[in-house]
Amino acid sequence: MSNTNHVEVLEKTKESEAISLKMKSFFIDHSVTILFIIICLIGVKISKLPLFFITSELLTRISRNSFLVLSLIIPVLAGMGLNFGITIGAMAGQIAIIAVTHWGITGIQGFLLCGLLSVPIAMIFGYLIGTLLNKTKGQEMITSMIAGFFANGIYQFIFLFAVGSIIPMKDPIMMLSSGIGIRNTVDLSKNVGIKYALDNLKKVPAIKVLLIALVATIIIYSGIRFYKIKNSKKKEKFITGQYLSTMIGCFVGILICSIFMFHEGIPNNLKMITKIKLPIATCLVIAGLCLFNVMIVKTKLGQDFRTVGQDNHIAKISGINVNKIRIIAITLSTLLAAWGQLIFLQNIGTLNTYGSHVQIATFSIAALLIGGASVSRATIGQAILGTILFHTLFIVSPMAGKNLFGDAQIGEFFRAFVAYGVIGLSLGLHAWRKRVGVKSKLE
Amino acid sequence: MTEAIKGFTNKLGLPRLIIGTFFLLLFIMAIILKLPVNTLMSDTIRRFGMYGVLVLAMVPAIQCGTGPNFALPLGIVCGLVGGLISIEIGLIGALGFVGAIMISLPFAILAGWSYGILLNKIKGSEMLVATYTGFSVVFFMSIMWIFLPFKHPEMIWPIGDGLRVTIALDSTFGQILNNLWKFPIGGVEIPTGLLLFFLLSCLCVWLFTRSKLGIAMKAAGDNPKFALVSGINVDQCRIVGTILSTVLGAIGILVYAQSYGFIQLYQAPLMMAFPAVAAILIGGASASKAKISHVIIGVFLFQGLLTVALPVANEIVSEGNLSEVLRMIVQNGIILYALTKVGGGE
Amino acid sequence: MQEKYVLQMKNIEKDYFGNKVLKSVSLSVKPGEIHALLGENGAGKSTLMNILFGMPVIHSTGGFDGEVFIDAKKVDVKSPKEAMKIGIGMVHQEFMLVPGFNLTENIKLNREITKKNLLSKISGNSLNFLDRKKMDKDARKALDTLEIGLDEWAKVAGLPVGYMQFVEIAREIDKSNVKLLVFDEPTAVLTESEADNLMKSMKKIAASGIAILFITHRLDEVIKAADNVTVLRDGELVATRKKEDTNVLDLAELMVGRKIKVTNKLEDDKKNRKDHESILSIKNFRVNMPGEAVKGIELEVKKGEILGIGGLAGQGKVGIANGIMGIYESTGEVRLRGENLKLNNTREALKSGLAFVSEDRRGVGLLLDSSIEENIVVTTMQIKNEFLNRFGFFDQIDSKSIRSHGLKMIKDLDIRCTGPTQLTRRLSGGNQQKVCIARALTLEPDVLFVSEPTRGIDIGAKKLVLDLLVKLNKELGMTIVMTSSELAELRAVCDRIAIISEGKVEGILEPSARDRDFGLMMAGEYRKMYSKEAL
Repeated sequence: MSNTNHVEVLEKTKESEAISLKMKSFFIDHSVTILFIIICLIGVKISKLPLFFITSELLTRISRNSFLVLSLIIPVLAGMGLNFGITIGAMAGQIAIIAVTHWGITGIQGFLLCGLLSVPIAMIFGYLIGTLLNKTKGQEMITSMIAGFFANGIYQFIFLFAVGSIIPMKDPIMMLSSGIGIRNTVDLSKNVGIKYALDNLKKVPAIKVLLIALVATIIIYSGIRFYKIKNSKKKEKFITGQYLSTMIGCFVGILICSIFMFHEGIPNNLKMITKIKLPIATCLVIAGLCLFNVMIVKTKLGQDFRTVGQDNHIAKISGINVNKIRIIAITLSTLLAAWGQLIFLQNIGTLNTYGSHVQIATFSIAALLIGGASVSRATIGQAILGTILFHTLFIVSPMAGKNLFGDAQIGEFFRAFVAYGVIGLSLGLHAWRKRVGVKSKLE
Repeated sequence: MTEAIKGFTNKLGLPRLIIGTFFLLLFIMAIILKLPVNTLMSDTIRRFGMYGVLVLAMVPAIQCGTGPNFALPLGIVCGLVGGLISIEIGLIGALGFVGAIMISLPFAILAGWSYGILLNKIKGSEMLVATYTGFSVVFFMSIMWIFLPFKHPEMIWPIGDGLRVTIALDSTFGQILNNLWKFPIGGVEIPTGLLLFFLLSCLCVWLFTRSKLGIAMKAAGDNPKFALVSGINVDQCRIVGTILSTVLGAIGILVYAQSYGFIQLYQAPLMMAFPAVAAILIGGASASKAKISHVIIGVFLFQGLLTVALPVANEIVSEGNLSEVLRMIVQNGIILYALTKVGGGE
Repeated sequence: MQEKYVLQMKNIEKDYFGNKVLKSVSLSVKPGEIHALLGENGAGKSTLMNILFGMPVIHSTGGFDGEVFIDAKKVDVKSPKEAMKIGIGMVHQEFMLVPGFNLTENIKLNREITKKNLLSKISGNSLNFLDRKKMDKDARKALDTLEIGLDEWAKVAGLPVGYMQFVEIAREIDKSNVKLLVFDEPTAVLTESEADNLMKSMKKIAASGIAILFITHRLDEVIKAADNVTVLRDGELVATRKKEDTNVLDLAELMVGRKIKVTNKLEDDKKNRKDHESILSIKNFRVNMPGEAVKGIELEVKKGEILGIGGLAGQGKVGIANGIMGIYESTGEVRLRGENLKLNNTREALKSGLAFVSEDRRGVGLLLDSSIEENIVVTTMQIKNEFLNRFGFFDQIDSKSIRSHGLKMIKDLDIRCTGPTQLTRRLSGGNQQKVCIARALTLEPDVLFVSEPTRGIDIGAKKLVLDLLVKLNKELGMTIVMTSSELAELRAVCDRIAIISEGKVEGILEPSARDRDFGLMMAGEYRKMYSKEAL
């Protein structure tokens, strides 16, 4: 009797040990993300900002920025690291905006035209960056970063000096009074530009969208699992832990949503949240990009990206044109970044001609890394989660800094420090792991 | 004939040739445009001395094999801390300047040492990690500038917390080197003290590269495997190089500040590594090889180019800062060029 | 044309810059035959295969003479891709597998089966979806042919080395048109039982009608698996034998052969040295050098001798010197003049009177962008603080003494250069080697380790370098441990030759010993043979 008990206890401790080991590796693998969740929660608390404000601001920022963050994924897949060159893609988008605004085409037509016009520009830029990166294999990230600075110089030269002198253009509103160069800020608001062209197509209360999304998740996820198991040779249970937790999560979500929507007894400041509206068209575009990223992996091209990303040398031996694949990856990323910048700017509403693109790469990359991605691995989930965390920090840090130290600047410095620091840290960690990996391979 | 030209360009280096020609062209244009040539000359010489030590900081970093020191801001903030403490404790004049250097040394050595250890853990990705180390240090120190308990009235905001963005050095050690034994020749001002200090720094580094440790460091940078087989501790050499580079960065920013007349805090050091890297590359260095002569030629060409470009550009286009745009293109173009020469991991 | 051949290579000749590496070599392989290609390192095996696969290195050095027939049709293979197209496959020695991919993905690498979708109909085939089901099925089939019980969805990363080889093979036989498979030293990284499995699989593949060309230097495997053997030596076809007509001894002799006459070493001179005390004794010495691991050797080096260390590539001969010098991690006991030598400490090794000329001249042996004189003195300066002027706490290099020492070395070793300040990058291979030796000599060592002293230098210079070593040994009484892949040169200059096989000393021979003994030792068969005879 006691013996069996003993065995049971032993097994249980073994089990719990295994679980604790799993937990440990989970915490180590996701340490950056977990750290940021904690920082964000503390920041939210200290800033004393109303939840309504944070949520609505956050949703705006997610719809504004996630496309740019998602544009980073393909080069990571192809083993080229984080593409600091999306700044150049953003420039391509801005060139298109300047042209379209100059032609006076506004609203959604203007936006679509921008999208179309930025395709050839971004493709040329992407090709050039790709060629450059093929000459600097192993140093892609620093090269793409410096290339961004360099391109910024040329961009400034064109729009400050060439426009109006070498390139004929006349537009008293957009151009400086001397007739040479574009103004520092270009107004994109409704009558003259593409402000909210996409966002205002259709707006739906966020909570409804969430509700529908949750229901859809339950149906689609179950469907996929059912289909997979039917077709798979591997014997699997229909209900796995992951499936169960997803389902429970969805149902809880639905419950909370319903309470918010239909219950009368909720305090007013919380009730406000139901009023937040979501730009559904923008969200659909972003979802489309997610779908694109998923689909591309399943194609021959995606497989080539993965092969090149895993091992340049083997890819080459097996007959893949490595350089071409790398150029395609960078070109795609540049084009997506151009479109991302369009979405970003139509939401902001003013084009800061010489500033809008400058920080794009740093902030997008920081967001992706905070989501738990690394130089060699990045997923859509990490991109979205990272965007949420990074921008929560963005929203709350000035107020938190002010409340804590009486100086909003400290919060701003802190978030800049965090952005640069997290990039430096993950790049350092990656390099360190790579070295350790090489060492252990030798032994 | 073409062979001769090829040999010539090879020897001189394409970038040096292009920048040099461009510099000359601008200079001729300046004369044609009847700009005050002697003022331009004075400015060129002044800026040559002003930026020199910062560029010199690249030499030990490149020689020990960690590549151009993009983390120069690390050394810069150490120098700034030294300068601030020197003012705080009331040192003025030459004493203030020497004091600032002395005080910054322990900070720079400590920072360089720990940063060197970091660099040894990430061999192969130095440049990128360095850049972001530099960036994050600048923002970390931006927070610190607000918190650090400095009291001197010339440094802190009259209302509110923290240090000012720019701190005038008129009453402390501003222009101390520039004015030392200064004399004019035909309208051109020669800041003897500044030039002497720069050349002396060069001499010190040159002597160091000819010492036992310097030779070991160069071997470690040139061919780590060779160094290993010769019983040289490669990691240690890299740390020594990094410390030296950081220290020179600290001294460099103090020379810069006294010449400029102000200490600039907060985001000012953020991008300072790039012109320094560009200058030494223009001088003929590569990401793995650098000599003192590269520093002297490079800083003269690059700063001269920028000095002359400013008024010439203003004559042609009155609006905007064409010279700043030119700086961005030249500076980053030359770094890109150097990167393509590093050669990939093919 | 009475018999049908898959592959015929006729009178193949190839030279690299006037240096003949293949002299009229012919080779014929029938369908379903396992044909072994046997030879030492540098016998011309890989050059022959490079020709077969149309590697760029062949075409960029002026092509080759002779003819290649596939299925009795004359072919002119210009690239590895073309070789693949006409049905020649290669199983590489180092695995060409992507660790993060599963077996199917690796087997179908860049030959993925795809199906059309809406988008790809417009924009081209690269956007076709992968047809994973079909790919899995093909992979399964290939794995089943080899009777491997692995799951096709398992990742390669966690597989044992032995299985990786099979994945490579599965990839080759999955190619529908493959007629001839080349195995490049496939057993080099396998354990014995894994190697046996491989042999079985090879026989299975051959039985299905695919011809196999099997490159190896393991004699027993040839006897076990092959139907026919072709032996190459120094770029020449030595013999083609049927398995039934030969045995291990015969093959050993064929593989080594005598190439040059044993030189001028005086017999009595050698006798004298026999009684000399041992200067360096090595016990249970292991070195963790990738690709050249040393697995517990016992060796005595006698004072004043030239000890040769020979053996095939990858057997660990190069690891010994590297381990003693502390360049790769090592364990065991090394006694120098009776005193324990601190291991894993290069500085200590150099200080206690050892010096090393590395096998990797350009990679390890030289500072290519520094002057000759700097290269010569730098190690001594760091180890013994010579060539320095001291000023209190500070020291400066002593240019004068460096120059005079540099000039002396240039004169003594006859280094052909424009002067002591010439960069070593611009020197020829032989002169670079002399600079390396000069650097080692400057340390005034008691024992000098020289690894592959003649690799990559032309014949005239080879002789000069070897003569130099003999002269140092004779005139200065310097003990020299020379590691070389070229048995002939070891036999020309050494007093004794230790042959290393599988990381251990297989045996020590006099230079004048029989070819057959050298051959057996190199192939690691000597002890087996010897113990059999003893029985």
